[in-house]
Amino acid sequence: MVIVDDLHVVYRVYGAGGDKGTAATALMRIMRKQQRPSIREVHAIRGMSFVAYRGDVVGVIGRNGSGKSTLLRAVAGLLPAEKGAVYSDGHAALLGVNAALLDDLTGERNVVLGCLAMGMSPQEVKEKHDTIVEFSGVGDFINLPMRAYSTGMGSRLRFAIASSKSHDVLLIDEALATGDAEFQRKSHQRIDELRQDAGTVFLVAHNLNEIYETCNRVIWLEKGQIVRAGTDVPGILDAYLAASGSEPRFRELQEAEAEAETATVEA
Amino acid sequence: MARSAHRRAGLPRRLTVVRDHGRVSGPGRLSGLGGDTELGGLATAMTVPEAAGDDPLPSEPLPALAARYGLKETAARPPILGYLADLWQRRHFIVGFATARNVAMYTEARLGQVWQVLTPLLNAAVYYLIFGIILDTKRGVPNFIAFLVAGVFIFNFTQRSFIIASRVINDSLPLIRALYFPRAALPLGYVLIELEQLLISMVVLVAIVIGTGEPVTWYWLLVIPVLFLQAIFNVGAGLILARVGAGVDDVSQLLPFIVRTWMYTSGVMFSIQTLKSLAGHHKLAYILQVNPAAVYITLVRTALLKSQRLSIPGAAPYSHRLCTLYYDSPTKHLYDSAHCEALVSHTGLWLYAVGWAVLALVIGFFYFWRAEARYGRG
Repeated sequence: MVIVDDLHVVYRVYGAGGDKGTAATALMRIMRKQQRPSIREVHAIRGMSFVAYRGDVVGVIGRNGSGKSTLLRAVAGLLPAEKGAVYSDGHAALLGVNAALLDDLTGERNVVLGCLAMGMSPQEVKEKHDTIVEFSGVGDFINLPMRAYSTGMGSRLRFAIASSKSHDVLLIDEALATGDAEFQRKSHQRIDELRQDAGTVFLVAHNLNEIYETCNRVIWLEKGQIVRAGTDVPGILDAYLAASGSEPRFRELQEAEAEAETATVEA
Repeated sequence: MARSAHRRAGLPRRLTVVRDHGRVSGPGRLSGLGGDTELGGLATAMTVPEAAGDDPLPSEPLPALAARYGLKETAARPPILGYLADLWQRRHFIVGFATARNVAMYTEARLGQVWQVLTPLLNAAVYYLIFGIILDTKRGVPNFIAFLVAGVFIFNFTQRSFIIASRVINDSLPLIRALYFPRAALPLGYVLIELEQLLISMVVLVAIVIGTGEPVTWYWLLVIPVLFLQAIFNVGAGLILARVGAGVDDVSQLLPFIVRTWMYTSGVMFSIQTLKSLAGHHKLAYILQVNPAAVYITLVRTALLKSQRLSIPGAAPYSHRLCTLYYDSPTKHLYDSAHCEALVSHTGLWLYAVGWAVLALVIGFFYFWRAEARYGRG
């Protein structure tokens, strides 16, 4: 369960340019006791509140720069809140796109170390090892260093490791986007299992089909604030599509599915 | 079909409470939302009643709701005892991490693990060339090669632990951001890596010690507690450096210079106990002799080298005449330095060794833990 209470997050970005970047200008700056000119504040999240319960899979949508990744990192406790707070009932695991665990180690070692880091005993790791490797589907590559992996393979293995344990909160930031169709199907199944273990899952994705199929709740962000949030997944997705100039289609899809289902039941 | 089925029937539905603080502009604000543009003010509740349940009141303040469900702030620091327990629970991770890193360290080199032995050997050779032959600091030290190599290896352990610890948080950001584990596991693991490296170096050292004609004695066993204490000291100091280095990069830029200065003042390539230029400066000599690096180095040397046990000041009854003889022509009266006055007794050295280790560990752990929730931010 995650409660976000009037959250504000401000980034302070260093090295955004400004002076010529030479030692001389840096020295002058220090002598004049100036702040670094290159320091800039970005108010990434401006007052957000919502509640996500155990068993919820929350889809987070919005345009680039609307604060989706920032929100997830704040929920994970990796970003300090300028104001407000995030409450949760356990430690969060955050899966991002580029986060290799230990790049220069083999997949095999990554599996073992990742599991141990999550607090499993060596015995548990042994038991789960084969399942994880099989789920990741990286095959013989498991004996190669992770830097030799393709982006998709890396994210498969990471997801396999992180999802081998039930987390109270699992945050997925576009980490499934690079997987192929088969992996996406498998990962959806896994997410379903996780929510049945009473975990809370957050999913950031630009692929709205993924959100539609996986999530039971959606939060739509714009400029660091919530536009809409709720359990009417197709409704919100359609509104988002309409706002970004596309054709709404999820409500129809849902109705079509419902009809097909009724038809099957009747038959 | 299965999918839409679970959407409708699979999970217990609850009342959803979403307070929308509203937005000032932007496209797509469509249905059912009241806007409240005052940040942090009274919120408008949007309720989606799908099914009944033990629903929270929309008006309940969220912190109170969180407290009722026993939720904790994600950015809060864990209690210190729980943190220690967590750390102990991750001991397999720490060991596994250290071993894996050690294996991976030389994968890019053709000679592979041979470098684990080659690096300390080359180190010792360079220092012998410069300090033993060119600068000739070996005057007045019996069995200078073994003396020097012991110093280089022991100091290297602390030096590398420090430099790596100061970078460990920034180097492991992906791991820190992906999974939760007590962050102190990382500096701990890295010091363990260096300890493993040191143990390999110790094999080289023992070969040199025997090769230079030192006898094998029971005193050698004293090396084990010394290295243990030194490792604890390194962990403690490493934890401090890890926190400092996680914040500002300037520290890891500056650290190599500080550590090198420290090396030159810790008697790695000369004997601070018998150096003539230090003979008149008791206070300075005392400070140099009780600094942690010098303490551990001296204890290892006296444990491994009989020549050191016999020649270190205080090893023989004080005699002003013999001591002066030593300072007048050290090469001729090599072992008469034993008749000089010891500024720090051997027992004193052991007390300092324990003291530094405990002090560093307690302060280091506490200091590192205080910022636990902040590592991985950027």
